[in-house]
Amino acid sequence: MYQLAGYIVLLPLLGFLANGLFGKRISSERLSGLIGSGTVGASFVMAAIIFLEMLKASPEQRFHVVTLFQWVAAGSLKVDVAFQIDQLSILMTLIVTGVGFLIHVYSIGYMHGDRAFWRFFAYLNLFIFMMLNLVLADNFLLMFLGWEGVGLCSFLLIGFWHDRKFDTGGYAPGTATTSDAARKAFIVNRIGDFGFLIALFLMFNMFGSLVFEDVFARANAIIAPGDATMFWITLLLFMGAAGKSAQIPLYVWLPDAMAGPTPVSALIHAATMVTAGVYMVARCALLYSLAPATMEIVAIVGTATAFFAATMGLVQNDIKKVLAYSTVSQLGYMFLGLGVGSFTAGIFHVMTHAFFKALLFLGAGAVIHAMRDEQDIQKMGGLRSNLPLTYKTFVVAALAIAGIPPLSGFFSKDEILWRAYEHGSFLYWLAGWLTAGLTAFYMFRLVSLTFEGKGRWGHDVHPHEAPRTMTVPLVILAILSVIGGMAGIPQSLGGGNAVEQWLEPVFAKARSHLMSGYAGAGSEYLFMGLSVAVAVAGISAARIFYMKRPDLPARMAAAFSRLHTLLWRKYYVDEVYDALVVTPLVRGSDKLLWKGVDAGFIDGIVNAAAKVVSMASERLRRIQGGVVQGYAFAFVVGIIVILGILMFR
Amino acid sequence: MAPLSAIPLNHYLALSAILFSIGVIGVLTRRNAIIVFMCVELMLNSVNLTLVAFSAFLGQITGQILVFFVMAVAAAEAAVGLAIIIAIFRNKQTVNIDEINLMKW
Repeated sequence: MYQLAGYIVLLPLLGFLANGLFGKRISSERLSGLIGSGTVGASFVMAAIIFLEMLKASPEQRFHVVTLFQWVAAGSLKVDVAFQIDQLSILMTLIVTGVGFLIHVYSIGYMHGDRAFWRFFAYLNLFIFMMLNLVLADNFLLMFLGWEGVGLCSFLLIGFWHDRKFDTGGYAPGTATTSDAARKAFIVNRIGDFGFLIALFLMFNMFGSLVFEDVFARANAIIAPGDATMFWITLLLFMGAAGKSAQIPLYVWLPDAMAGPTPVSALIHAATMVTAGVYMVARCALLYSLAPATMEIVAIVGTATAFFAATMGLVQNDIKKVLAYSTVSQLGYMFLGLGVGSFTAGIFHVMTHAFFKALLFLGAGAVIHAMRDEQDIQKMGGLRSNLPLTYKTFVVAALAIAGIPPLSGFFSKDEILWRAYEHGSFLYWLAGWLTAGLTAFYMFRLVSLTFEGKGRWGHDVHPHEAPRTMTVPLVILAILSVIGGMAGIPQSLGGGNAVEQWLEPVFAKARSHLMSGYAGAGSEYLFMGLSVAVAVAGISAARIFYMKRPDLPARMAAAFSRLHTLLWRKYYVDEVYDALVVTPLVRGSDKLLWKGVDAGFIDGIVNAAAKVVSMASERLRRIQGGVVQGYAFAFVVGIIVILGILMFR
Repeated sequence: MAPLSAIPLNHYLALSAILFSIGVIGVLTRRNAIIVFMCVELMLNSVNLTLVAFSAFLGQITGQILVFFVMAVAAAEAAVGLAIIIAIFRNKQTVNIDEINLMKW
């Protein structure tokens, strides 16, 4: 049964080729959508079969490696295309294919009428293929292939409607297009990938192999915690994760990535690609456990990102931008969980976040679809009655992300906050707790402004509920958002924490290197209570601000206008990057590298060589005068010279 | 008749060299193509003289046989060369080789 792993990865690739090569000729939305969704659905079914097989087996038997073929054999570097099936990778595969399938089905409805419908599904399938390579790889090189591949697909899909104008919120006003957003995403990703690549070099240099099992076994045997090279390897890997998973300082591409179609935002920038960094750090748990300094850095960056992104989400007016900053913030939570040593909590939050964030984005897509592509929440309102199903599922997701029990978000977020406190740093817990409050607030600000109150839209807009292909995935994701938490009920509440039990063998060696504190079940109830309290406080505040006293936000914005502008302009980070990095690079490339080196120096050398040849030949051609006696004279001179040599040798 | 040994071999060779040089200078400096041909014949005949002189002094007949060959070739070459000059004259109305200079760069 485990041999199915090859087909799980292969099917989406075939879907990409089918839609990519023949999609335009088939020109049938039904067929393209069927091929696109069908391949991912089939992959999900196969992954589920493997999962059930693994459930029946004992924990030691759950590890398998399926080798397809040898890929690289260059000197001492031997890398195969092989898939490692263990508890962690099968969980990620189920998430990717499951949520991916629902989003593919949703896209059939959302992209209806688009003239490049087939190309959309081709790219989506290619993305799933690359993402599966990433999570199922048994070595760093194949994972890196998937890593780069998802970056490429992100670029292709963000810029899907190329040349469409795009609002970047004050920066480069009026001139930015979706292609610019796509380029920004790809370039910022590549900066992180540079770190990843250097880490790969260091790893190969140190361990002689790029296969996970080899690297981890050798590291476990020969590296002592705190080793300097391990610090650099893990730090550089985290740099890659910061690029891919939008952490400080490389998060700037994610809000602009909202230029792409909403299913893309749901799939790539909420549920799957951005969690690749989290998966990678979790996969390398052993390496990180040997570098405690890096883990602190991971936790600090995660916490800071969570807090700062939440503050920026408070004032955004584009429905998708709010969700984008929310994603960055929640990713920060995941890294906080990883950084304090609770790898299972981080992965658990990946799972629950995939459910409710995908639901939020798809719901936002339904709203945008109903409002004829309007995305400004200031122009919405009162959609509760027009879009009842969308409203209900959206509220479910908002409650989940705010952390209201017994929905899934509560269990995963609380687990992270609890572990952060246990780890010993009160500051992490405090920042995370405040962020939870902010999360609840901005989420219900979004709900209130979009759905509640009176409609602020014009007469040409007639909002109506979305078609079934779009609403059924919403309902399924809502159900998952509610019950998903059941998988991780902590022991203090009587559950067996199934997720932790399931993933524990994967992280066992790593956890043995970490010190773990435990502060007692009593305090755990206290902290749970605090989490719920702050969530309820955030929701209530949002309702007061935006429903009961709608004049309050404007008055607060006026009173704290400088702070408001700072948040609205996203702390001017984009402007700073532009001034410090982008503009010098562009100017340097233009003046120095292009005009100076390429056109001046290199072209100069080539032109000079040609000139030398030209001048020499100008002189030489005069030998051939055309007069026979000249040639005869040359004969005679030659004969005299030869005779002279012969006679006086 | 004085015996051949009365005139030393060197005299014959010197005469031949002088004739050859005159021929060479004529080929290099004269403008009329027919004069150039006459100088070429002069060079060939100087070589003939050398061959015959050696043949007499060494008592072998080989030199004189070679002279026959040289004369045959000279005749053929003169015929062909004059044919080429006539063809050129028909086109350019001149036999001044300074003016026949189209085959240049």
